[in-house]
Amino acid sequence: MLGLGLGLYAKQAKALPALALRPPGALAEEDFLGACIRCGMCVRDCPYDILELARPETPVATGTPYFTARNIPCEMCEDIPCVKACPTGALDHELTDINKARMGIAVLIDHETCLNFLGLRCDVCYRICPVINQAITLEMVPNQRTGRHAMFLPTVHSEHCTGCGKCEKSCVLEEAAIRVLPPRLAKGQLGKHYRVGWEEQKKAGHSLIEDRNIIDLPDRLPEGTSLPGHYDPASGQSAPARGLVGAEGGIIQGTPPGPGGKP
Amino acid sequence: MSGKRIGAEAVAVKGRLRANKWLLVRRFSQFAILTLFLLGPLAGIWIIKGNLNYSHTLAFLPLTDPYVALQAAMTGHFPEKPGWIGLAIVVVFYLLVGGRAYCSWVCPVNLVTDAAGWLRDRFGIKGSVHLSRNTRYWILAMTLIGSAATGVVLWELVNPVSMLHRGLIFGLGAAWTVVVAVFLFDLFVMSRGWCGRLCPVGAFYSLLGRWSPVRVSAPRRSACNDCMDCFEACPEPQVIRPALKGEEKGVGPVILAANCTNCGRCIDVCSKDVFSFALRFNNPASTVGAD
Repeated sequence: MLGLGLGLYAKQAKALPALALRPPGALAEEDFLGACIRCGMCVRDCPYDILELARPETPVATGTPYFTARNIPCEMCEDIPCVKACPTGALDHELTDINKARMGIAVLIDHETCLNFLGLRCDVCYRICPVINQAITLEMVPNQRTGRHAMFLPTVHSEHCTGCGKCEKSCVLEEAAIRVLPPRLAKGQLGKHYRVGWEEQKKAGHSLIEDRNIIDLPDRLPEGTSLPGHYDPASGQSAPARGLVGAEGGIIQGTPPGPGGKP
Repeated sequence: MSGKRIGAEAVAVKGRLRANKWLLVRRFSQFAILTLFLLGPLAGIWIIKGNLNYSHTLAFLPLTDPYVALQAAMTGHFPEKPGWIGLAIVVVFYLLVGGRAYCSWVCPVNLVTDAAGWLRDRFGIKGSVHLSRNTRYWILAMTLIGSAATGVVLWELVNPVSMLHRGLIFGLGAAWTVVVAVFLFDLFVMSRGWCGRLCPVGAFYSLLGRWSPVRVSAPRRSACNDCMDCFEACPEPQVIRPALKGEEKGVGPVILAANCTNCGRCIDVCSKDVFSFALRFNNPASTVGAD
């Protein structure tokens, strides 16, 4: 009976809440709960007092170390004292470059309130990021609302993000629009059989579909329209035949509305 | 006990101090260990870092709890080098002094259950649910198998020992409820229930110290006047009888039972000085005329 209860409790304990982050080098949660002996040495050796040990009422397995990025993020010490302090393999001692830590992955979770998505230049998460311009880049896209400005969208690149939580901590909103989540929540996964064409091309050194007699079907466009510069062998139209003077009535408006256009 | 307090006779004969000698030394040990752990977080004097599961003393002495390490091992995870060293030191130490010395000289929950036991005696709270003293070994086995099955250091999810100790050092939170539960359980439900019947930590340490040389012995058992104070004071009274009453059966005076916690309370409360700390090897079958 007791064993069954404990077993169920153990299963529940594996569900780490989304905003509780493990120290750098922490094993995956199911391994961490077996390897961590709840001694708190990482807590003690953290020079910034970031970590705490879960209390029974915390929804984190009792006695295990965690931090909450919005309260106090990891300072990413170069010598990683928390990992050195760990007497077991719960914090992987192979981790010697803090930039390779994966405590979580930042996700710009709310596009509706992020100031940069509103067209402003907040950029705080971008500026504070210890892996600046790699873990978070600002991607410039046209501001469709004004029609004449740009938006600089903070974009996280998981291969560089350490999950330190500085971006979440520094987000100027009442509730952070960018949050660090455990990788299992933050990342999608391609089907195992998926191949991305341009990467396969790079690997092979040449296109994989040329010289393969690919059948080209006619492109279907609204009657009378044409796409300038579009090559469409199957329609029997040669490229120069289209986009001639006189055909402009059907040319699709490709530019956003300029000044004076509807917002 | 029929109006007479346990050890009253010993106090009368030996004086209050000598009749509580080992109790005082033991309390000093428990509080000293707790104080050393607390000096860091409370006063910033870092003599010991960590907690009873693993600690680092003066930045060179690692100590690892073998029971927690064993549960971790059951999940397939092993310590790093300092963890191994700490493990070896603790295992060797308790192999020598008797595993359950941990219970009576180190464990903070002992303070709680001893308080419950003392109050039970003081207020004459009778009645106790019966539960086999072997229950703890079943729980011990369950935590080890369960750790392997779930991949989680299982007993640490609920262990009152580490919850209390860790709680005092790192922040108690709701852990006090667990401690109060143990206290009330021992006080009202089961006499010596937690440490004597349920706790798998004590069960583990009893196995570890099964063959320890340091033991309590009853070399002057012929002087026993059957006052029963040692049985009343002892948290594991079943361990006394074979040694104390073994003269006719040819059993030596050394208490060899694994669950003797080497607390020394029997030595204190005996007005006839029957008991003393001894080595297990000094165990003659007959003690008549020994002194």
